[in-house]
Amino acid sequence: MALENMGYLTLEELKAQTVYPTEERFRKGPVAVIECTHEIPCNPCEGSCKFGAIKIGDPITNLPGLVEANCIGCGICVAQCPGLAIFIVDKTYSDTQGTVSFPYEYNPVPEVGQEVDAVDRSGKVVCRGTVVKVQNPKSYDRTPVVTVAVDLDQVETVRSMKRL
Amino acid sequence: MAWESGVQFMIKKEVVVIGGGPSGMAAAIEAAKRGAEVLVIDANEKAGGQLFKQIHKFFGSSEHGAGVRGIDIGRDLLKEAEELGVEVWLNSVAIGLFAEKQIAVETGTDDAEKIVRVVEGEKIVIACGASENVVRFQGWTLPGIMGAGAAQTMINANRVLPGKKILMVGSGNVGLIVSYQLMQAGADVVALVEAAPNIGGYVVHASKIARAGVPIYTRHTVLEARGEGRVKEAVICEVDGKWQPVPGTEKVIEVDAIAIAAGLKPLAELAIMNGCKTKFDPILGGWAPLHDENMESSCSGIYVVGDVTGVEEANTALEEGRLAGVAIAAALGKITAEEAETEKKKIWDRLDGLRSGPHGEARMKAKDRQLADFRQLSAAEI
Amino acid sequence: MCLRVEDHVVLGKDEPGKTVEITVDGRKLAAKEGEKILAALLANGIIVNRYTVKRKEPRGLFCGIGQCTDCAMIVNGKPNVRTCITPVKEGMVIETQHGLGKRGAIHD
Repeated sequence: MALENMGYLTLEELKAQTVYPTEERFRKGPVAVIECTHEIPCNPCEGSCKFGAIKIGDPITNLPGLVEANCIGCGICVAQCPGLAIFIVDKTYSDTQGTVSFPYEYNPVPEVGQEVDAVDRSGKVVCRGTVVKVQNPKSYDRTPVVTVAVDLDQVETVRSMKRL
Repeated sequence: MAWESGVQFMIKKEVVVIGGGPSGMAAAIEAAKRGAEVLVIDANEKAGGQLFKQIHKFFGSSEHGAGVRGIDIGRDLLKEAEELGVEVWLNSVAIGLFAEKQIAVETGTDDAEKIVRVVEGEKIVIACGASENVVRFQGWTLPGIMGAGAAQTMINANRVLPGKKILMVGSGNVGLIVSYQLMQAGADVVALVEAAPNIGGYVVHASKIARAGVPIYTRHTVLEARGEGRVKEAVICEVDGKWQPVPGTEKVIEVDAIAIAAGLKPLAELAIMNGCKTKFDPILGGWAPLHDENMESSCSGIYVVGDVTGVEEANTALEEGRLAGVAIAAALGKITAEEAETEKKKIWDRLDGLRSGPHGEARMKAKDRQLADFRQLSAAEI
Repeated sequence: MCLRVEDHVVLGKDEPGKTVEITVDGRKLAAKEGEKILAALLANGIIVNRYTVKRKEPRGLFCGIGQCTDCAMIVNGKPNVRTCITPVKEGMVIETQHGLGKRGAIHD
């Protein structure tokens, strides 16, 4: 399995092992994709969501479950997850493009408008992307969240960008 | 104060904590909070142990500081200890632990004269932490080859890169996290090798470095390091089911540093020196002193906390330290036994939480064995 | 090649601090006061701290926290100084240590 010897999950594995947003939910706008499959004793994501869209409960090792109806895709949880395992995917950005928001803790942080190499879960460059938003407020505690616009067919593949 | 051939006798404290990392500081704080007079001895020029190298956000329960970076937990611990009046001796190494709970402490830096003092503690907490294991391969002594913790110290504490093209050996959480942090500091991690068939640490940590483009080679090891005066090349190869190199699978990688993350072992020497009963447990990293539910060792009044009692992580170290601090406060009569029980129960619940899940299960069982062994030992002595 | 981590997304900008001059094997180098000697040397691209007694092999940073002694050097004439935990002071004279560092005896 990719997870245990490559370090990342394939999309198919993710869909099988996590509460993955439905197509119907994707069509409504931005939503959190929680790529946490390891039953870690960890729950800051649950507390960070003011909308009750992430459920862990007791025991603390439960996998975080997305309540997709409650999720508004605000992205607060992205910077709160110590494992950097939450992403916001928006398939409604335009007719041809969607966006992916990911935590990006490297210097230099890209600037809005910058063209970057978008990479998949394995670090492979899959397409070019345009940075449309960079958030790094104090509450994110030095975990900048970068939003990149890519072609719609890449939004479930792109998970970061090549370091600058 | 009496001086005798350069050795200063005899300072007495209610509680002496050896090691000012997370477990030692937590013990000091909990005891001081309840009125105990506490001295912490730390070998470094700043206390906090490895917390000041841990720039990532910690896992755990959001009710207890999860999501906070290690460096910030360290800063808060030192501040709290200071506010509580905990005395800290820096650049101070416990060079001996003797009967009557006397500790010989050497203070100073290597470039100057040092002084030796002997301090007596009514209660002693051993919180020395752990040291890194090494992997020996041809050329492993070449400059540029170091422990992963050393690499982490350089980038996050000293803010200097030990290399720019680094091979990481080992995929436990240390290997994964330090790989990530090396890239945050501006280096490239050219590969990570892991002899086991699977990645050892949390997959979320592995995923961070995977999407940063680090090739992870499981069932691989490093065969040889080459270079004159500095490592320039690493030869890696596949290993078979018996951990033996598979001929013909060698790959040569250009590197200027190799970081070794092969686990840690408890720094239990002081406890052993003092006669504390120990047991070997590979899950806990090797020989570790046994203890009861209060973290008290087989030597009455000597407590063992954190990695010394079995290698885990900072969160469990903090909780073990708190347990000892509360137990000591009760033993010194600062709080009632009932108050202590209530507090200890809460801490044990949190510890059980941190040791739960598939990743914590082996450690939970090992720690349970340790407690059971201690009980058996006590029963045998009665 | 810049080896100092000057800007960092989590740690922020490195504080410049006071620059002092040290002498390493006769060479004048700039270092930051209070930083570890080893860090100052690494920043200047020096990674060999000593040579072993018998085989005269080079050694450098290994544990970084004062446990292994691989980074020992002669500082102001005093051998066996663990450079990874000893802070830089103005005017320090630092020498690569050969063997046990008794000058004239094992020194080349």
